[in-house]
Amino acid sequence: MIYREAGDFKTSYRADGQTFPIRLDRWGYYAVLAVAFGIIPFVINDYWANAVLVPFLIYAIAALGLNILTGYAGQVSLGTGGFMAVGAYAVYKLMTSFPDVSILIHILLAGGITAGVGVLFGLPSLRIKGFYLAVATLAAQFFLVWLFNKVPWFYNYSASGQITAPTREVLGFAVTGPATSAPAKYLVCLVLAFLLAWVARNLTRGSIGRKWMAIRDMDIAAEIIGVDPLRAKLSAFAVSSFFIGIAGALLFAVYLGAAEVGEAFGINKSFLVLFMIIIGGLGSIFGSFAGAAFMVLLPVLLKNVLVGNLGWPTDLAAHIELMIVGALIVTFLIVEPHGLARLWRLTKEKLRLWPFPH
Amino acid sequence: MKLTFPALVAAAVMAAGPVLADLVVPNLSYRTGPYGANGTQYADGFNDYFTLLNERDGGIGGQIVQVPECETAYNTEKGVECYEATKDTGALIYNPLSTGITYQLIPKVAVDKKVLYTPGYGRTSAKNGRVFEWVFNAPANYWDGASVAVKYLLDQNEGSLEGKTIALVYHNSAYGKEPIRTLQELGEKHGFSLTELPVEAPGQEQKSQWLQIRREQPDYVIMYGWGVMNQVAIQEAANIRFPMENFIGIWWAGSEIDVQPAGAAADGYKSLTFNGVGMDYPLYDDLQTHVIDPGKASQGGQHVGSAVYSRGMYAAVVIAEAIRTAQEMAGTAEITPEQLRDGFENLSITPERLEEIGLPDFGPEIAMSCENHGGSGMARLQQWDATAGQWTLITEFTEPDQEVLSALIEEDSAAYAAEAGITPRDC
Amino acid sequence: MDQFVFAAEVVLNGLMTGVMYALVALGFVLIFKASGVFNYAQGVLALFAAMTLVSIQNGQVPFAHLINAALGTQIHHFGWTVPAALAIALTALVMVGLAFLIEKLVLQHLVGQEPIILFMATIGLAYFLEGLGDVMWGADIKTLDVGLPQGISDGIEAATAQWFGYGFFIDRLDLWATLIAVLLVAALVAFAQYTKQGRAMRAVADDHQAALSVGISLRFIWVMVWSIAGFVALVAGIMWGTKSGVQFSLSLIALKALPVLMLGGFTSIPGAIVGGLIIGVGEKLFEFTIGPMVGGATETWFAYVLALIFLVFRPQGLFGERIIERV
Repeated sequence: MIYREAGDFKTSYRADGQTFPIRLDRWGYYAVLAVAFGIIPFVINDYWANAVLVPFLIYAIAALGLNILTGYAGQVSLGTGGFMAVGAYAVYKLMTSFPDVSILIHILLAGGITAGVGVLFGLPSLRIKGFYLAVATLAAQFFLVWLFNKVPWFYNYSASGQITAPTREVLGFAVTGPATSAPAKYLVCLVLAFLLAWVARNLTRGSIGRKWMAIRDMDIAAEIIGVDPLRAKLSAFAVSSFFIGIAGALLFAVYLGAAEVGEAFGINKSFLVLFMIIIGGLGSIFGSFAGAAFMVLLPVLLKNVLVGNLGWPTDLAAHIELMIVGALIVTFLIVEPHGLARLWRLTKEKLRLWPFPH
Repeated sequence: MKLTFPALVAAAVMAAGPVLADLVVPNLSYRTGPYGANGTQYADGFNDYFTLLNERDGGIGGQIVQVPECETAYNTEKGVECYEATKDTGALIYNPLSTGITYQLIPKVAVDKKVLYTPGYGRTSAKNGRVFEWVFNAPANYWDGASVAVKYLLDQNEGSLEGKTIALVYHNSAYGKEPIRTLQELGEKHGFSLTELPVEAPGQEQKSQWLQIRREQPDYVIMYGWGVMNQVAIQEAANIRFPMENFIGIWWAGSEIDVQPAGAAADGYKSLTFNGVGMDYPLYDDLQTHVIDPGKASQGGQHVGSAVYSRGMYAAVVIAEAIRTAQEMAGTAEITPEQLRDGFENLSITPERLEEIGLPDFGPEIAMSCENHGGSGMARLQQWDATAGQWTLITEFTEPDQEVLSALIEEDSAAYAAEAGITPRDC
Repeated sequence: MDQFVFAAEVVLNGLMTGVMYALVALGFVLIFKASGVFNYAQGVLALFAAMTLVSIQNGQVPFAHLINAALGTQIHHFGWTVPAALAIALTALVMVGLAFLIEKLVLQHLVGQEPIILFMATIGLAYFLEGLGDVMWGADIKTLDVGLPQGISDGIEAATAQWFGYGFFIDRLDLWATLIAVLLVAALVAFAQYTKQGRAMRAVADDHQAALSVGISLRFIWVMVWSIAGFVALVAGIMWGTKSGVQFSLSLIALKALPVLMLGGFTSIPGAIVGGLIIGVGEKLFEFTIGPMVGGATETWFAYVLALIFLVFRPQGLFGERIIERV
């Protein structure tokens, strides 16, 4: 009854083209932002920050990045873990080499460095397509992990090769290092996630996003109508890697605080982020967030329910949890291959017509 | 979707916390994933000893010990989640059995004031209690292990390794890289040359490394392996007919499951250990009556007495002793993590005390202090007997070369202190 | 001279390792060819098959831990052991049953979906099977012994010692693996060429819709292909599991097979073999020559980089179907 565009008049093209054309959507969006910025920072505790919200926001950034590459530009990548490692090690080197420069600048720079590496590994995409490309990006994954493990310069010659984030402050509040408070961690990630989502949204509906989608839908046809595949594909790799690099930098510096490359940025990370965008919905900003929420929360939820509430032995619970996660993924793909974003869209379509079904 | 999930999680979390006021010792275990087979046995030993104390003695000092278990799958992020989920439930101490998770927790425990106990793994330089106030790694660490192995080889060669070659086959990760520096220093001191052979995790395919060993014929091979890497390495060593008695693994490459897949070929393989093996200890009688027979054993008691089970149990013994010491010092049974830290710093486990517990000669003598968080560093060697299917202890507890090690520890902990901005406290 | 002899030994061992890789890659190719599914679960299938084999051999009770936890009982073993040959046959049956279930519960509902969705579904499947294997048979490391010999081959060592003055190391298990791989490929080719079902399978691989229109049951073919892939996984699981014991890491051999697939082409059985050999020799030689200069452990990424460079020049792999693009 309330949720519809009737009576919601647009008087300019600008208003017509906005992200949330329906008033209720807009209100909902503002309400979510208000809660995220205005309420959660005051009530958040360590558990919620470290186990749920911070990883959710960081993975949402990574998922946004991969979604740009895979969902919008159609290039399947399994190198996400490796690119996140680039972001993490870049920020570590920057933090320790230039301790006086703000950490926020370091994080952005780390994204920039990752973008450069991403373009380099994106070059083969001009020749290689489909699954061949997906497997080829694994070369980036394995090579980068090996490199960071092997060259002592990257981990400042520490005995074991672990990197640990020193304490850095923003406006007098520690945002990295052990003394970081839960709200500080959360807010840093939230601000970045919000800004990057905004950038992603506006990039993807602008001319560059349209070029990506043209390449995704059919690259030869796109070339014929004047889209330069070289620039389109490489720009997708660059932007995507920028996002993923920032996610990696945050994952290491803000969330984990210490990392070992093979363990924290292994092949499983690549699959995890790919899962997020598939479950969430390819080619959707909302989907990136929904998928990240799903994949971060599901294991925590299952573990708490099975072990905490039902009191099962942990090993049985852990094995059955794997089965449930696997079964849920398959079920999801069967029921709605286009992800949570499509479900959301369908719900909205239904709502618009409600209570009249036709 | 977004709203309902947090609500459900919240409900789940609320119900999960244990009752406060007991002694809470969370067990961050892993029973799945690539290292699940080892983690399961360790966690069982850890759980069973506390179950025994609860069942037989009514806990420690009259306080029941709660051991909430949390699955980490050897994954650092899940480890953080487990830590955060348990730290506000009155948890005293953590023992995550993962070097990766340990590195993550070291800065955190200093802020949250929890004790971190990492026997035989974790950050080696945490032995320096002036820098690492909350971390303990007695009885031995990775560098101690390397040094004890070299000492053993010295004994075998009438005190001189001049001109010998030792190959180090290691897991290409933080853990595996730990002993390199120690072995290099020891090589300079004793005149042996070191060949480094990294194996990329997981380590299913090691033909290149073992072909190289076959070509270069080193006198000894020392292995820092974990998971599938151990089984494959032992099999490949047998394949190239490397003399098994010249092949020494660190304690994490010294369990039954590491040698069993190779069958009879693994006979004679040696590994370090800092805990006793087998069921030949009086404590197991109590364990049988109070834990296994009533069906209270973790996992039905399938792994009782195995090398890794014993190591988990040993960790529990040390923690229990530290709790007891802390209780005595504080004069109260309900101790805080600060008091437990003091308990650890004044912990002394003598051979007599081990005998009282029912585990004579099960571990080395431990005496800790404010600056020494790593104990004596003593370890011993065990050898696999494939026909009997069990480990035999072949040396007494041996002290490592502290002269070389303490300089390295000083250097590494100073580097950490500088990086993390810690001023070493006075002891 | 010495270096040359050593290199020759490394190449020979690389070839053997390549065969082991090819065994895993074969399963991928079979399924991809017949159903266009990039089956990530192939590695877990190998793990599951090997686990089932060992447990049947040892007479382990399935779901023992679950039953014990639920009913408070203490059962673990039936108390018998099954001979290896029978156990292999029984495991093959289990794999057929599994193939049937996968088709019925998963693939059937995903007909016509995009390849990436199918790929993701197989990752979900991999998770599920991994959990199922652990719940069914327990997560312990199991020793697998079906009577395959292991260790250095004395004959070859003695012979090469005579010729070159340096005895080559060849693992007898690898020799067996090569023999079995040859037999397996021969059987597969014969099956595809000379049996009705085999021809139907090739027809499906060529063109789903055309095959349907001449009355071939797609579902039957899929069940069959997954069963065969399950059997190939069993063989791969036996070979790898004999060396390392059966444990979780067995499922990670899938990662070793991916560069082989890229190199050989996703749709070619000979490609899987040749690709396996190239990767095996390439990574061993690289580790032998360049490895010491850069600190070793290059094998994880070298295979991928080699395949990547190769693909830049030949995007469809060595024997893959030529990619023809039309607008």
